[in-house]
Amino acid sequence: MATLTIKNSVVGSVSLVGRWTTERLTNLGAFGRYIYEIFRQACTPPIRWDLIFQQLEFVGNQSLNIIILTGFFTGAVFALQIGGIFQIFRAESIMGAATAKALTREMAPLMTAFLLTGRAGSAMTAEISTMRVNEQVDAMEAMAVDPIHYLVVPRLIASMLIIPLLCAIFIFVGTFGAFVTGVAVFDVDVGIFIDRIKWMVDARDIFNGLEKAFVFSIIIASIACRYGLNASGGAKGVGRATTTSVVMTLLVILFCDVFITYVQLRL
Amino acid sequence: MTSIITFKNITKRFGARAVLDHLDLEIPRGKITFIVGKSGEGKSVTIKHIMGLLKPDEGRIIVDGIDITDFEQEELRQYRKKFGMLFQQAALFDSMTVGENVLFPLKEHTKLPLDEMLKRVEMTLAQVGLPNMQHKFPTELSTGEKKRVGLARALVSRPEIILYDEPTTGMDPLVSEMIDELIVRVNAEIEGITSIVISHDLKAALATGEYIIFLYKGKIALAGAPKDFKSTKDPVVRQFFSGKVEGPMEFL
Ligand SMILES: Nc1ncnc2c1ncn2[C@@H]1O[C@H](COP(=O)(O)OP(=O)(O)OP(=O)(O)O)[C@@H](O)[C@H]1O
Ligand SMILES: [Mg+2]
Repeated sequence: MATLTIKNSVVGSVSLVGRWTTERLTNLGAFGRYIYEIFRQACTPPIRWDLIFQQLEFVGNQSLNIIILTGFFTGAVFALQIGGIFQIFRAESIMGAATAKALTREMAPLMTAFLLTGRAGSAMTAEISTMRVNEQVDAMEAMAVDPIHYLVVPRLIASMLIIPLLCAIFIFVGTFGAFVTGVAVFDVDVGIFIDRIKWMVDARDIFNGLEKAFVFSIIIASIACRYGLNASGGAKGVGRATTTSVVMTLLVILFCDVFITYVQLRL
Repeated sequence: MTSIITFKNITKRFGARAVLDHLDLEIPRGKITFIVGKSGEGKSVTIKHIMGLLKPDEGRIIVDGIDITDFEQEELRQYRKKFGMLFQQAALFDSMTVGENVLFPLKEHTKLPLDEMLKRVEMTLAQVGLPNMQHKFPTELSTGEKKRVGLARALVSRPEIILYDEPTTGMDPLVSEMIDELIVRVNAEIEGITSIVISHDLKAALATGEYIIFLYKGKIALAGAPKDFKSTKDPVVRQFFSGKVEGPMEFL
């Protein structure tokens, strides 16, 4: 009797794991097809310039303030933290360079992506899922317009163009924040501060940072739109889709960040 | 009767419940067909199958002699160009004005010059009794007004087949009458157009319909001309006509 119960529960949990894995793989397969469909639709004319500009304005312009504000304080605070450590070794002249390096390679792309997930990604999911549950997406399909072409592609293109740019602004403003801390708190010489940055941060760092921002922009827009299009069940469904989409985006970004960093450092 | 749309043995389940249960259905070409049945009987589901917005679990759907059941996205997109559809909740795009909503199908699928398109939009909105509404947003409209904008959006591209999901629900008797007349006029004026109307309003179905399909329990209880309905002995159909709760009809 007891062995039977154990056997049953073992069989039960194995099949549960099996089912879970199958589900994940099916989801992954569906997501792969979705990504393929986006790129196919992106290559299908017409290019919807008006919608792309609308999204550029929404994703870019409306996120600029928060990027500048966050960038400045991130750079200033980071410089404050490591400045204290470098001071012990009388190496405070390179604190600006260290901050700039960290910002460029890691913090700026990651923070920009997180901010944009909360600011733009969530809004994309909310907007598209509202259209889904109100049958507006069905209406669009009924009028022979592909929702991926009309809703997803412009959002993706706009994100791919503007998020790396926002990341570059983040790097610049963040370094300025570090500069302010360096000069005001640690009394670093302006010339040396800039000189050390030039010495430590090269074009490749910047390229690697923007590369990350570019990949993150694809993740943000594609996941946000996906959860929007798949929403169901009224206002509650919209809320659920938005929350899940944000959490999922952040997790995927973190996972890809490790992966990209590894590849970038090995190459 | 030559039919333009044929359902062969269509079954559609949501969960355990078969909303359409081995349904065979034929819709005549060039006529006004009414699909009638009580709430939740699968009327909206039926026309979503016609548009390929839902796929059946079993059975085939033939439209214009072509089996559309397994159409892929791209084929469906081409296929849908011959349709105009009014959704039950209108399904207007919130982010666009009334004018832009009605302009949408024209802008997507015709190469007319813009002023020509705008003229057509204006004319169609006037037809549904909403002149000078172009610059309002859907959220500023009443349910009945939204419905009429949806109607204009369905009509503006002059489709071959037009599907109306409860076009007069939520409207006062005068506007209802106007819409019914519009449906008849559109069907008479546009050569070869087929109109499919979903309705609760049996009086309207008998007055405007040329062919009526009565759905009950996922199947057809009765299909025929209005005179067949007036003379029917089918107890369920008669009960629906009388509007009484007592009778053989089962409520879920
Ligand atoms: N997408 C869906 N998911 C799950 N169930 C659905 C879906 N669409 C419809 N149903 C179910 O199918 C049944 C028929 O729905 P349908 O909308 O076709 O009814 P109807 O005949 O149009 O009713 P009404 O006159 O109230 O509009 C309902 O019980 C509904 O709950
Ligand atoms: Mg309905």
